[in-house]
Amino acid sequence: MADLPDAATCYELLARMALIRRFEEEAGRQYQRAKAGGFLHLAIGEEATIVGTTSVMREEDLLIGTYRTHGHAIARGTEPKRVMAELFGKVDGTSGGRGGSMHIFDAEKRFMGGYGIVGGNLPIAAGLALASQYKGEDAVTVCMFGDGASNTGNFGETMNLAALWKLPIFFLVENNLYGMGTSVERHSAQTDLSKKAEGYGISGTRVDGMDVIAVREGVEEGLQLAREEQRPTVLEAFTYRYRGHSAADPEVYREREEVEEWQHKDPIETFARRCVEAGVLGEREVQQVRDAADETVKAAVEFAEASPEPELATMYEGLYARTEADGWYAVDERSPEPHRGEREDEIPQAAHELAEAGAAYAEEPAGERPNPATHGDAQEGTEPRVSSEDGT
Amino acid sequence: MAELRMREALRDAMAEEMRRDESVFVMGEDVAVFQGAFKVTEGLLDEFGERRVRDTPISENTIVGMGVGAAMNGLRPIVELMTVNFSLLALDQIVNHAAAIPYMFNGQARVPLVIRMPGGGGHQLGPTHSHSFEALFLQVPGLLVACPSTPADGKALLKAAIRDPNPVVFIEHESLYGTRGEVPEGDGEPLRFGEAAVRREGEDVTIVGVLKMAQVAEKAAEQLASEHGVGAEVIDPRTLRPLDLDTILASVRKTNRAVIVEEGWPHGGVGANLATLITEQAFDYLDAPVQRVTGADVHMPYSKRLEQAAIPHEEHVVSAALATLKGAR
Repeated sequence: MADLPDAATCYELLARMALIRRFEEEAGRQYQRAKAGGFLHLAIGEEATIVGTTSVMREEDLLIGTYRTHGHAIARGTEPKRVMAELFGKVDGTSGGRGGSMHIFDAEKRFMGGYGIVGGNLPIAAGLALASQYKGEDAVTVCMFGDGASNTGNFGETMNLAALWKLPIFFLVENNLYGMGTSVERHSAQTDLSKKAEGYGISGTRVDGMDVIAVREGVEEGLQLAREEQRPTVLEAFTYRYRGHSAADPEVYREREEVEEWQHKDPIETFARRCVEAGVLGEREVQQVRDAADETVKAAVEFAEASPEPELATMYEGLYARTEADGWYAVDERSPEPHRGEREDEIPQAAHELAEAGAAYAEEPAGERPNPATHGDAQEGTEPRVSSEDGT
Repeated sequence: MAELRMREALRDAMAEEMRRDESVFVMGEDVAVFQGAFKVTEGLLDEFGERRVRDTPISENTIVGMGVGAAMNGLRPIVELMTVNFSLLALDQIVNHAAAIPYMFNGQARVPLVIRMPGGGGHQLGPTHSHSFEALFLQVPGLLVACPSTPADGKALLKAAIRDPNPVVFIEHESLYGTRGEVPEGDGEPLRFGEAAVRREGEDVTIVGVLKMAQVAEKAAEQLASEHGVGAEVIDPRTLRPLDLDTILASVRKTNRAVIVEEGWPHGGVGANLATLITEQAFDYLDAPVQRVTGADVHMPYSKRLEQAAIPHEEHVVSAALATLKGAR
């Protein structure tokens, strides 16, 4: 087993993981309360893979992930309250309420986004790396994706180009054993995903994704190869999400015992225990970390609650970069009057009234939101609501 | 002024912008050593080297996606797709990523990417190399869509596309690459997107022609004048998003009649869209239903005879224009 780093680093690793855990638990709760909408993909159980990776990245390095990236942004330094506000669809969210849970982004922290299309982030990652190389910068792009994405055409195309052009990129497969509800054995002919890019000239290794120190070591090596030798590699981290694929997941594809077995290997509990046993951290510090996480997340919810809803007049903002022909690009041709967009005074009264009428449909009874996966299946009043507190 | 072919004008636009801005580079299938499937990138490798003129594997979605990523990280990539049909392999990156990213990340990321693609029929390239997808890209918010018909516009619009901070789908027509036209010498100025050109003035009917059909419309207008005594006003929109609807509406309010000519399919086409806009916004000025002239509702056939029958020609435009005038004279 790899040695523990210094006490300050251990404290920081534990604090980040605990913060992500607490954030995700609360996000799940807020989803129950219908404060967050859509699909909600939680990374509870995967904290060591996330924090182990970001903890050895340099500030200038770029990170790009999937639709399960609340934790990745937080690990990169994005304020949890801004991620929570995005889940709430509020103006202070990381994308001002335009992206939602699956599309967190923070340019300042070089977190280049969560992406809702499985495998869609792979070519973009290669492009980010190409630009760093082109500009003669030292930055490495870290591309994280799930086991399911290794089956997409983008995987093969991107691996080939990354190796062919010797890009400063590092690939990390977050193998949580299931592509949604389909297990690796049932979705990939090659179940050793670290070998899956070998035919493209990219070698790989495997690591225990529940062990934050092991992840750090594996990622450090990959970053160095990418930075110094322009050699892309794959690291397959075995991890596990305790919750369902999304909050709308009935989890019929796995046994309760399997989940419990993985929970015994909990990345936060095991790391905290190890730090205490090694005398690097005291019980008091472990408690401190938990209390701090509680407080930050509580404040994040308050912040998200208080943040305003997006103004209807801002609907078109961000669609096009403004040019001297300000607003021109965003003409919406819907009847009865074209919505000129971008600038409020250009939106005709009729269009504004229609927007108001549409937005009225956003009002729902407090705490009530149909499960998007089963909406309409049941009779009025008996329809299953989003997952229960304890698990799904 | 110099007389240039379309392909030379487009090449000059890229070369000038690459000289001007180090962040501009070109990548695509066979754009470097082979000099481009249609020789549009001829000479670029010699001048700019392998770093800036890059041959890629046949991986359309990833090439475009890399363009998206490179654009997000400070470069201005020009990605060439060998034909518009191949762009369908890259639709995920074009629609779900290039077009969506600026909006879904609330302006934190910009995608100054140009995706060039030649389309259109006339060379017997058959059902997978000859299509016209202007309408497809026109539908997507976040994209700009250019479709130049003359070498001068091709050069000026491509320069504008390269400098624009938004993703641009730049549609070229395979059978226009060899056409010659006057192009301003030296580093010409870019053309603003959203400015239509009135190719010919007239009082009796407005004809809007897209891409190569702008030229067909001009020929039809000559025939209408010489054989039928009809004065047609010919408008080339030059960009479909943004669309210079004001110029088109002003013309329709003058002539009270409109014909829209495109090479693409009729259902949900450019003409269908434009006819709706004209009807919504200039209904009171119309003296006849808006007419559409489109390609046939089939996959482009290989047989020269069938292919030519599937593409709009002057005669179709003349007949549509006369239909709007039926009973009026």
